Amino acid sequence: MQANLKVKRYNPDEPQPRVRYQEYSLDVLESFTVLDALIQVRDEVDGTLALRCSCRASICGSCGMRVNGRAKLACKTRIAELAPNGEQLTIEPMGNHPVIKDLVVDIDTFFNQIRRVDPFIQPDSTPTQGEFIASSESMTNLLGVMNCIMCGACVSDCTVLEVDDKFIGPAALAKAYRFVDDPRDDRSSERLKKLNDEHGGIWDCTRCFQCVEVCPKDVAPMDRIMEMRDMAIEAGNRNTPGYRHTESFIRSVRRHGRLDETRLAVDSIGWTNVPGLLREAPVAMKAFTKGKLPPLFPHKAEGNSAIREIVEKAEGGSK
Amino acid sequence: MYEHDLLIIGAGLAGLRAAVEGVRGGADVAVVTKVHPVRSHSNAAQGGINAPLTDRGDDWESHALDTIKGSDYLADQDAVEIMSREAGEAVIELEHMGVIFSRDDEGRLGTRRFGGQKVARTFFVGAITGSALLHVLYEQAIKYGLRVYEEWFVTSLIEEDGVVRGAVALDLRTGELHTIRAKAVIIAAGGAGRVFEPSTNAIICTGDGLALAWRAGAPMMDMEMVQYHPTTLARTGILMSEAARGEGAYLLNKQGDRFMETYAPEYLELASRDVVSRSEQTEINEGRGIDGNVLLDLRHLGRSFIEERLGYLQEVAVEFLGMDLANDPVPIRPGMHYIMGGIKTDVNGRTEAPGLYAAGECANVSVHGANRLGANSLLDTVVFGRRAARHALEYIKSVNGTSRDESQLEADKARLQALLDRPQGIRSAALRREMAEAMTEGIGVFRDQASMERAETAVRRARDQFANVSVQDKGKTFNMDLMFALELDYVIDCAEAICAGALARKESRGAHYRTDITQRDDENWLKHTLVYKTDEGLRVDTSPVAITKWEPVKRVY
Repeated sequence: MQANLKVKRYNPDEPQPRVRYQEYSLDVLESFTVLDALIQVRDEVDGTLALRCSCRASICGSCGMRVNGRAKLACKTRIAELAPNGEQLTIEPMGNHPVIKDLVVDIDTFFNQIRRVDPFIQPDSTPTQGEFIASSESMTNLLGVMNCIMCGACVSDCTVLEVDDKFIGPAALAKAYRFVDDPRDDRSSERLKKLNDEHGGIWDCTRCFQCVEVCPKDVAPMDRIMEMRDMAIEAGNRNTPGYRHTESFIRSVRRHGRLDETRLAVDSIGWTNVPGLLREAPVAMKAFTKGKLPPLFPHKAEGNSAIREIVEKAEGGSK
Repeated sequence: MYEHDLLIIGAGLAGLRAAVEGVRGGADVAVVTKVHPVRSHSNAAQGGINAPLTDRGDDWESHALDTIKGSDYLADQDAVEIMSREAGEAVIELEHMGVIFSRDDEGRLGTRRFGGQKVARTFFVGAITGSALLHVLYEQAIKYGLRVYEEWFVTSLIEEDGVVRGAVALDLRTGELHTIRAKAVIIAAGGAGRVFEPSTNAIICTGDGLALAWRAGAPMMDMEMVQYHPTTLARTGILMSEAARGEGAYLLNKQGDRFMETYAPEYLELASRDVVSRSEQTEINEGRGIDGNVLLDLRHLGRSFIEERLGYLQEVAVEFLGMDLANDPVPIRPGMHYIMGGIKTDVNGRTEAPGLYAAGECANVSVHGANRLGANSLLDTVVFGRRAARHALEYIKSVNGTSRDESQLEADKARLQALLDRPQGIRSAALRREMAEAMTEGIGVFRDQASMERAETAVRRARDQFANVSVQDKGKTFNMDLMFALELDYVIDCAEAICAGALARKESRGAHYRTDITQRDDENWLKHTLVYKTDEGLRVDTSPVAITKWEPVKRVY
């Protein structure tokens, strides 16, 4: 079958480096992955094409890249599935990583983010004889995050990192979860407090689901971040806009059957946080002049009592 | 120029375990690796790590005997004894470092059975044990602030007065060569799967460490002992862990028969790997295969069991074959997987080149002999990685400061420039493939004098042609093309040693099965083959096998 690749190229060694796209047409086997095709290009057509790859079996995490705009492991992406009739595939380096050359990106930032979460187990003491005793369920529960191969796909497509480079990011937060939830670790509460308090911590995820969708190993980083929010609240960390937002949200729905957006904004910032409120004032003014300011006192939703019942049922179920 | 007490080449399990030991011992340690540590090929180990834990009623002698029998009595029994005795501590230590081992109902470490052993003593993390161990050792490296030269490719060892004193390495990011001086060097650079095509090994497994040590005068030992794993996927050659059979999967031929009943009535699918691979190949050769494959059948294990204990295998089957292990038997065949051979070391990792140590797949202690048991490779890396570092810590105390000589750096600069200046010629990828396919054909599951000679001829041709290899990329930054050419040089070195060892051994033992001499010959060949690289060419020698308490007997599974 035919594979048509359009590969983003960049070579910093050129006198005037510039980004360009190069097209390759290849005869490939039906079973070929994007990586197989790129290796064929590199080996037989164009030895200057730079990419990282190693295991070819989705376990080393080297070949993260964007295929048709989405982060993927090239070794796990079959051409026949994406382009059965020879449609052109656009291959680009991962996002949110500086490009070094062609498809090779700088992974230093990625691993510096991992370092931020103190990614090693910290027990107060280790057994003098034999292993830690830990339940099978607790270990099986951590298997999901241990599947992370640090390929960077989640970081590539993270919409928060696009605008806020202080965000620890989905991979490092999933890594943090691995220790927070490990019964052998004795720093869980300190870890949670730090992740709760710091700029770029668990409350800065916008729940856009990108990391869950692109992760090639089903680690679902966002789900771990949400679990850590619950754990942080349970552990008494309540002085965050995120927590206040959650509380205000549910209070509003319970009371009015709908969202009181004005109050939600003020609650989240905090009624006594004057600088924070002033910072948002221009936004409110702008919304007002465009007729987009929500009502100061919300209308009650129709069927309010039915909604309240649903809320109570949901809360009861979660307890 | 950079300078450290101890330089470790390679950041897989053996390298990182050695590095952690070195740092804990107070030395200034650095690791140089051509890929980021978590990209190392230790990742690919799936099934588990063996350890005879005494508090489970197991004992080191039972594990040692299984290992020695598995090795077809070629392993050095003193080395095996050390590995078996230290295994329990090594595994518990990994658990304390944070490895999420599977548990039993009491919350203690759970086990599964593996090939060549009657006792379930393989500790595991799903089917991602290697990856789980590697990531945890990398966490320890972060904890200790280990210095890692990431994506630096070693081009030479530095020798002074016959003593290894560091390495020259190419920083792939900048294209600059650097000298890294050290009082001792540990090579832990992994295997040489790229000598063969196909192979389960990663693209990075180019035998760099073996070739570097060989060029420094250390012999490669038992290189003819090449493991063909019984279950690699049709078409892609991807590994399907022995854990599948450990958990109860069947091997079936075209007629649906569990053919291992014929070849290994007692151990069945869990006979040693060389035995199972030969059995499969016999079925295929005699017309009872399906398109050159036999079948691995997990259906009776049930979906939830498969997904929990063998999740990665299911992922591979679905993604790469479009098959579901709970519904379909998958086509598999023997595939090149591991080299038992390697740089000859003593039980402390010392090679015959002073100042140079080796550990992991590139080393040959020898604990695997003519056939390695599944789940003994991870054990080998952590036990002997640690031992090598411990010995090196003592050794460096007696080494004085290093010199400032840069002659090796200058020589390598000239060598790389000459390669870059060569205007046009053969592509390294094509040359490697041609040679590697000939190696698989000639030194496969079955081999004979003629087939091995054909392989040797192909290797000689590759060595000659290497002088005509050219590099298309002339740039500095991430010049992968240049690195592939340098790697191919190492690959050819390893192929030369494998051919020399294979042609020297005039018997069948373990993975070295000659159809022209089918019997094991303890009288003449209960010994190791050694291949040296000298100025006059290759020199083949032998050395005795250490037998301590287990006299060789006929091997039956």
